[in-house]
Amino acid sequence: MSVEVGHYALALALALAVIQVVLPFWGARARDAALMSIGPAAAVAVFVCVLIAFAALVKAHVTSDFSVVNVVENSHSLKPLLYKVTGVWGNHEGSMLLWILVLALFGALVAVSRRSVPEPLRTDTLAVQGVVTIAFLAFVLATSDPFARVFPAPAEGQDLNPILQDIGLAIHPPLLYVGYVGYSIVFAFAAAALIEGRIDAVWARAVRPWSLVAWIFLTLGIAMGSYWAYYELGWGGFWFWDPVENASLMPWLAGTALMHSMLVMEKRDALKVWTLLLAILTFSLSLLGTFLVRSGVLTSVHTFATDPGRGFFILCILVAFIGGGFALFAWRAPVLKQGGLFAPVSREGALVLNNLLLASACATVLIGTIYPLALEALTGDKISVGAPFFELTFLPLALALLLLVPFGQALAWKRGNLLGAAQRVVAALAIAVVGGAVTVAVTRGGPVLAVFGVGLGLFLVAAGVNEVVARSWSRGMPLSNALRRAFGLPRSAWGSAVAHAGVGVVVLGLAAQAWSVETLVTLKPGEAAQAGPFTVVLEGAFPRTGPNFNEEAARFRLIEGGAAVASVEASKRFYAARATTTTEAGIRTLGLSQVYVSLGDSRDGALGVRIYWKPFVLLIWLGAVVMALGGALSLSDRRLRLGVPVPSRRAQASLPTATPAAAE
Amino acid sequence: MTRKQRRLALIGSALGVLAVAVGLVLFAMRDTIVFFYGPTEIAQKGIGPGARVRIGGLVKPGSMVREAGQTVQFAITDTATDVAVTYTGLLPDLFREGQGVIAEGTLQPDGSFRAASVLAKHDERYMPREVAAALKKQGVWQGEQPAAASDAKAVTQ
Repeated sequence: MSVEVGHYALALALALAVIQVVLPFWGARARDAALMSIGPAAAVAVFVCVLIAFAALVKAHVTSDFSVVNVVENSHSLKPLLYKVTGVWGNHEGSMLLWILVLALFGALVAVSRRSVPEPLRTDTLAVQGVVTIAFLAFVLATSDPFARVFPAPAEGQDLNPILQDIGLAIHPPLLYVGYVGYSIVFAFAAAALIEGRIDAVWARAVRPWSLVAWIFLTLGIAMGSYWAYYELGWGGFWFWDPVENASLMPWLAGTALMHSMLVMEKRDALKVWTLLLAILTFSLSLLGTFLVRSGVLTSVHTFATDPGRGFFILCILVAFIGGGFALFAWRAPVLKQGGLFAPVSREGALVLNNLLLASACATVLIGTIYPLALEALTGDKISVGAPFFELTFLPLALALLLLVPFGQALAWKRGNLLGAAQRVVAALAIAVVGGAVTVAVTRGGPVLAVFGVGLGLFLVAAGVNEVVARSWSRGMPLSNALRRAFGLPRSAWGSAVAHAGVGVVVLGLAAQAWSVETLVTLKPGEAAQAGPFTVVLEGAFPRTGPNFNEEAARFRLIEGGAAVASVEASKRFYAARATTTTEAGIRTLGLSQVYVSLGDSRDGALGVRIYWKPFVLLIWLGAVVMALGGALSLSDRRLRLGVPVPSRRAQASLPTATPAAAE
Repeated sequence: MTRKQRRLALIGSALGVLAVAVGLVLFAMRDTIVFFYGPTEIAQKGIGPGARVRIGGLVKPGSMVREAGQTVQFAITDTATDVAVTYTGLLPDLFREGQGVIAEGTLQPDGSFRAASVLAKHDERYMPREVAAALKKQGVWQGEQPAAASDAKAVTQ
């Protein structure tokens, strides 16, 4: 019964989404307040309907209702409850429903947000968001019905792909989808601005929180996906330049550029047309990612079952929105009032350079991802573009960008002073150089790029600290005064300092991997192998039974300097329902470093083992969390909560002490 | 600075960054790209030793030999031609004889293939897309099997 309710709610959501688009949009043209007011109500109603549909699917999975095809194909009555719930989005149909749920959620949030957005802009934004919702609801209802029944109902399900039976599935996709789909609302705002033919600092201030939210979640989603791949796939890598990973990296790069260009737009009323273009581009790249994952054009850990009908439908959606977005841009952008030009040496000039480098880096990733597909379609030649390509193209651009970050941070708005900026970062630079030298001394050499990476990471972290210190302390000032001033700094200043330091932490973690050690051995119980500072001893192997799997586990002891410091367990699991084996890596965290053990086949009583020593590897993901924290700090800035400033106050708002109390 | 100079600085820096990016891409395209072949194509096209390529096909039944340490020998076949492959390392969980597989590495002067990484499928009913295409080319494709709900590959290096 609830399954039919869910299906009906989904169809109802489609009808309501049509209302959300047509009536308010007409109202906005006729400046009819009554018609326009339908928009927010419809957006909330669409969300409620999709939520009911989603809840119905969750219920079907939790109660193991095997009369539903989706449950049969992806669930099993013995599966632990957590995986019954997460299994809802561990497949194409269910994850599409989650996609739409997030889409509708953002529509509803804009509808109910009390932030003062000009009414026609809000109406048009909700209408555009409604169009996106219609497209994806139609896609799900036409090609990927999650509520399809099967008769007669089988007694048992086929179980979820064992590799997905992990807590990672509970975290990674929802975070990533909020990020991906969050850019839909930014796209909707951009399209609305083009339709209205007006774009200004008010628009930038209204949209920036949404782009920040999307960015925070996308950052976390990518980082958590990377950590999941690291521990689940069992071979110690955390980024594979897999096309689908690239598909999430591209919107992140474009979104990061967007976040920075919006700043210029808000503060200096410049880069307006470029910002709109980036907003359209970011969501287009999100859609491209959806297409790549679901159309079956790729082979990857992420691809879903292929169905040409679905691929074609998504391709149509992709072409319609990207084409439509750019057509609207080409048609309406000339109408917009151009922003002013500015001095090249200034904060806004540095942000332009940031945008150029991020956009170019994004383009190289796009080329590396699309080129093999295009070449195969055109010539039939099959090629693979892997890590070496991206290390040669993406890496230099990214390094150049990161090297410039502290200088850009130190430049003033309007008219900067290069020498002054250099003086402000000289302390950070000194720390970086000393840190690099210490690294060389301690490790007795090491790859040049890695030493450079350590220096760069320290430079970014130190510059982040320096940014706060320089803004709150001057020579001879008592510490209490400095602290008070530091806490009085706008949250967005803290946010950018923390986020940039977070980037530095990621860079440190990545650079440290140059000193990671990989050992490949066959061990009999009692035998040992060396991994970094540890001797790893195989204590023994034993079979074990889990809820829906059997496993062969092996326990290892880590010995450092003659004393046992820890033990670690790795296993190979066999899932009978799918006749599938998975490798469960054994990971022991020691400080920020990890020992990582992965099992191979056993033969003649000897076990094939791969052991890694990964120094400071946790910094990679902790850094991403710090970046997201920076974003959250920025989001909590009271100037964003205040909404549209009264023009006479805008000049004051940039002074930390003059910000009026939040009027919420 | 005049308006014109500012605009020139903006356009100049944009073109500069773009030129660097294009240069890097073109440079990287020259020698980081890896071509994919089936065993028959390797023989026909006369791929020289040393070139980094990917080979896809089925693991020939009965061809797998484990040597000392973790070195494994097996043959990749499209039923018409075989290529002998040597690989040192842990094989993916679902590496089996008779199943689809992709190996990346270099051809040796003796015509054998030294794999640096082996990719296998992670689902009984799933075949890497490239392998399916190579088999179709040889006319030994068994037709579309029902695909699983969520297919995945496992990767080892």
